[in-house]
Amino acid sequence: MIDLNHALVVAFLLFGTGVAGVLLRRNAIVVFMSIELMLNAVNLALVTFSRLRGDLDAQVLCFFVMAVAAAEAAIGLGLVIALFRRHESIDLDRATLLRS
Amino acid sequence: MAIDHFPLILLFPLLGVLVNATLGKRLSLRASGGLASLTVFLSFLVAVQGFLALRGVTGDAARVVFTLWEWIASGDLRVDFSLLLDPLSSLMVLVVTGVGFLIHVYSIGYMAHDRDYPRFFAYLNLFTLAMLLLVLGDNFLVLFVGWEGVGLCSYLLIGFWYERMFTATMSTAQAGQKAFIVNRIGDFGFLVALFLIFTHFHSLRFATVFAAALQHPASPAVMTAIGLLLLLGATGKSAQIPLFVWLPDAMAGPTPVSALIHAATMVTAGVYMVARSHVLYALAPAALDTVAWIGALTALMAATIAVAQNDIKKVLAYSTVSQLGYMFLGLGSAAYGAGVFHVMTHAFFKALLFLGAGSVIHALHEEQDIRKMGGLRRALPITFATFLVATLAITGFPGLSGFFSKDEILAAAFQAHPLLWAIGILTAGLTSFYMFRLLFLTFFGASRLSPERAAQVHESPRAMTLPLMILALLSVVGGWVGLPPVLGTHLLGGTEGGFLGPVFADLHHVPGAGHGGHLSHATEWALMGVSTLVALAGFAAAWLRYLRPAAARDLFRAPASVWQRLLADKYRIDELYDAAVVRPLAACAQFLWRWIDEILIDGLVNFSGLAVRVGGEVLRLFQTGYVQTYAFFMVLGVIVLLLRLLA
Repeated sequence: MIDLNHALVVAFLLFGTGVAGVLLRRNAIVVFMSIELMLNAVNLALVTFSRLRGDLDAQVLCFFVMAVAAAEAAIGLGLVIALFRRHESIDLDRATLLRS
Repeated sequence: MAIDHFPLILLFPLLGVLVNATLGKRLSLRASGGLASLTVFLSFLVAVQGFLALRGVTGDAARVVFTLWEWIASGDLRVDFSLLLDPLSSLMVLVVTGVGFLIHVYSIGYMAHDRDYPRFFAYLNLFTLAMLLLVLGDNFLVLFVGWEGVGLCSYLLIGFWYERMFTATMSTAQAGQKAFIVNRIGDFGFLVALFLIFTHFHSLRFATVFAAALQHPASPAVMTAIGLLLLLGATGKSAQIPLFVWLPDAMAGPTPVSALIHAATMVTAGVYMVARSHVLYALAPAALDTVAWIGALTALMAATIAVAQNDIKKVLAYSTVSQLGYMFLGLGSAAYGAGVFHVMTHAFFKALLFLGAGSVIHALHEEQDIRKMGGLRRALPITFATFLVATLAITGFPGLSGFFSKDEILAAAFQAHPLLWAIGILTAGLTSFYMFRLLFLTFFGASRLSPERAAQVHESPRAMTLPLMILALLSVVGGWVGLPPVLGTHLLGGTEGGFLGPVFADLHHVPGAGHGGHLSHATEWALMGVSTLVALAGFAAAWLRYLRPAAARDLFRAPASVWQRLLADKYRIDELYDAAVVRPLAACAQFLWRWIDEILIDGLVNFSGLAVRVGGEVLRLFQTGYVQTYAFFMVLGVIVLLLRLLA
């Protein structure tokens, strides 16, 4: 029997995977996808809580997250392209402008 | 005649300063110097008006006060920037502007070869302004402003040729610093005296303070302290023991400066201040006696040093110290009028002596050693004639100005204490000796100049000789305003009657002030006779010693006896002060600099800088520049917060 707690565990694992991807991977696209993973983990958690409480507010918030994720995808890809134009590479280790 | 416009006296030199300081570089020598002289002359005209207006006036009418603005109003302390014209300040203003004008004119000739003339004339006008403020102030604080102003100008003008050396070991700038710093010691005394005056009399206005002191004098100890501290200030400015050491070195300045500041006017500021504070001194007999003794000892000491000096300006400098001692002797003998009278006559003949010396130095292209002069009376006839008049005046030749003023002082000293008189008369003999020595070595005998230099010697230009002649005239007739009682009326008047009478009238309220009674005419004749004889003796001694043909040979011989060496070395007082004061202070400063400042304070400052730097270096390690590192710390933080919330 799958109950809602299992859904929350999945959401937590998804979020953890996303965090690990953001922190550990050097490829900008992969980092980017990991962020999407974190967002969707949150979405899953939101939907689960909505179901738990019998309240639709959290599902509404879920749509906002999707919209923001779409906008973020546009900006994020733009950033990746800019990074590539500058360094001929999308390796994040080479994006160290903040340091100097 | 109303004289309410007398503050104009200050305005003219102020304009001169402003124009010369801002536009001076674009003016020619004649325009710059002419303007400076003109402003002082205009002040002189107003001063003459003031003098005429105050003649024959008595009581409160003889005090014209003009308040320019309220200066300080803080609690009890209320000080107006106000000016006072009374017979005493009027006389001082006349001397400052009159002699000052002549010296300004002389400077046009003297500074002809100097590119920096606008600076010179700006300083000279600034000095005149400060000096006039000093004598015209209606309270101690305005006087103090002028007091410091003249000190500043003195410093600036001593170091006027700042790139030159004065002696082998001292630059002119150092000479200026010496004058300034020595004066600071005196100013310290003056300031403390002002504090005491304010705490006890709750005012700094002359009239208020003196009235309060007469009605409710402070305790004798406080009055004596005030008198002595004021005297300390006066010894600084007027070069008396123990603070006289700066004046001989002040000769590093151009000669007109020596004449104006360090002979005729600024150095008499101390005399003026003591005369102005006569009420305070009348209430503090011990302080007054100290004035007399310091004056007498300074007069004698400086005269003995002057005997052994070979620099024409040094001789005159020590002579000035000695004559200032006479003035203090007069003041200390409660003969304030006599002291001020000597200020006036001394301004005439000492300015003349310095300007004459300047003319000689000018003609010989900066030669100042009298051993290398001689026989100049044919080449420099006007300078010689005027110098002779001044020498006769300072030595007290009967009928000339110095005779009357010196005699009045000696008569007062005789009444105060016979020993004071004896010191005074001995000094008179020495004065006569060193002045005639100077005259003989410079103008008489065979020329000791090198032949090529002797051919170039020429009399100075008209701008320089004209002031000499006017001052010579004043040196002759200037004393006639103060004829002794046996010879006629005393126009100036000491403690009673005469022009200065109203100023010193309040002394009548002090029982026992002034050393009672008049001298009998016979005593007065006798005193005059003795001083004339002593002056003649000095003259004869100088004649015998320095007009022998063989005298020239001995000039360059090193001083033989211990006594002569001591005189030539000026009693080694500079060395004494150097060892007793300057070096301990320098060592102290060295300690503060090397240990307290460089190690302790700089150490603390550097340590705080170092700590920040090291801290920064450590924190830098966390700033890798990788976004992911930052994100890692963020996640770490979130996890810590979450654990904290859940725990």
